[in-house]
Amino acid sequence: MNVDHELETMLEAAATAPITGDPARAAARFADRAGAEGLADVVYATVDSPLGPLLAAATPRGLVRLAYDHNDFDAVLDRLAARISPRVIEAPGRLDEVRRELEDYFAGERRRFELAIDWALVGPFARRVLEATAGISYGDLSTYKEVAARAGNPRASRATGNALGANPVPIVVPCHRVVRTGGGLGGYTGGLDNKRALLAIEGVEA
Amino acid sequence: MARMSRGTARARSDGVELPPFQRFLDMHRDTVYRYLVFAAGPEEADDAFQETFMAALRAYPTLRGAENLRGWILKIAHNKAIDAARARGRRPVPVAEPPELPEPPAAAATSDGMDAELWSRVRELPPKQRGAVLLRFVGDLEHAQIARALDCSEEAARRNLHVGLQRLREEWTR
Repeated sequence: MNVDHELETMLEAAATAPITGDPARAAARFADRAGAEGLADVVYATVDSPLGPLLAAATPRGLVRLAYDHNDFDAVLDRLAARISPRVIEAPGRLDEVRRELEDYFAGERRRFELAIDWALVGPFARRVLEATAGISYGDLSTYKEVAARAGNPRASRATGNALGANPVPIVVPCHRVVRTGGGLGGYTGGLDNKRALLAIEGVEA
Repeated sequence: MARMSRGTARARSDGVELPPFQRFLDMHRDTVYRYLVFAAGPEEADDAFQETFMAALRAYPTLRGAENLRGWILKIAHNKAIDAARARGRRPVPVAEPPELPEPPAAAATSDGMDAELWSRVRELPPKQRGAVLLRFVGDLEHAQIARALDCSEEAARRNLHVGLQRLREEWTR
């Protein structure tokens, strides 16, 4: 009998044999703890919505990214890891407030968001554009030109369109309320169907 | 530069591409948990798992490369298993005693089909031999990765594995 062979076979079985314990639960417990102890630089969760699943990501400063399904969540997480920190952890408990405000909004029970925003992914002009956009009231519409003016550069409506198209926190910063001067709907980071759906929630026919 | 795969993050300014930690955790959690069940015993595995990934999360942003994350996390797991064994060995014994080998965990380390006695013998090997055998067979690492995990030369890793297996064989045939 080949002792070596038998011994190695038994040792090799360790790589595939069933084990006691639950790695998935241990990993979930770890993620919770890492989030709670502030060791994660970015925490995220998926949030169900009438527009499909959304990916919400936050830093200790606030909401940093809200992504639609078609943005490819894996790619969104890759960019967060590269641009903010690779310490990206799924910790749904840390995004309860975001989930609550979004649910209220989709139920028609919230007219403005009170979430803190982390602008880390946004350049200086884009930030002025988005802050101007955040000032547009629920159910109102504004034009690219008006937003550009409020951002301090009335002639930069093209750059304004780009900044809105790259809005890292759509819905919460309501770029869906910005339309073309002639009445056209313009573009939307989440697709035009979603733009229409959000405006419909707010009682606007577009 | 074209993206190489979904799992590849954009390069940092220092050229290191690290996946989001959550993806790294999801990718390696089963291997690490399995490793700890064999290396530290099923009762200790869960705590050692938490310790392992906490240490990894702390050090993660300072990593110089992302090529060998599996070897890296198993190295941490190996060290945490040794810590757990030491802590367990210390508990019933006064501090002044020479560092005794830890008591092997209960025989039921694994479920059916596994030779529990063999694995309790593995856990009785000296740390480096034990590490080499576990990293090779449970962690499925190459000699070079085992060497890095044990902080020794590849030659020493081979020797530890060889001597460890030899001991097991002797006990086996006794």
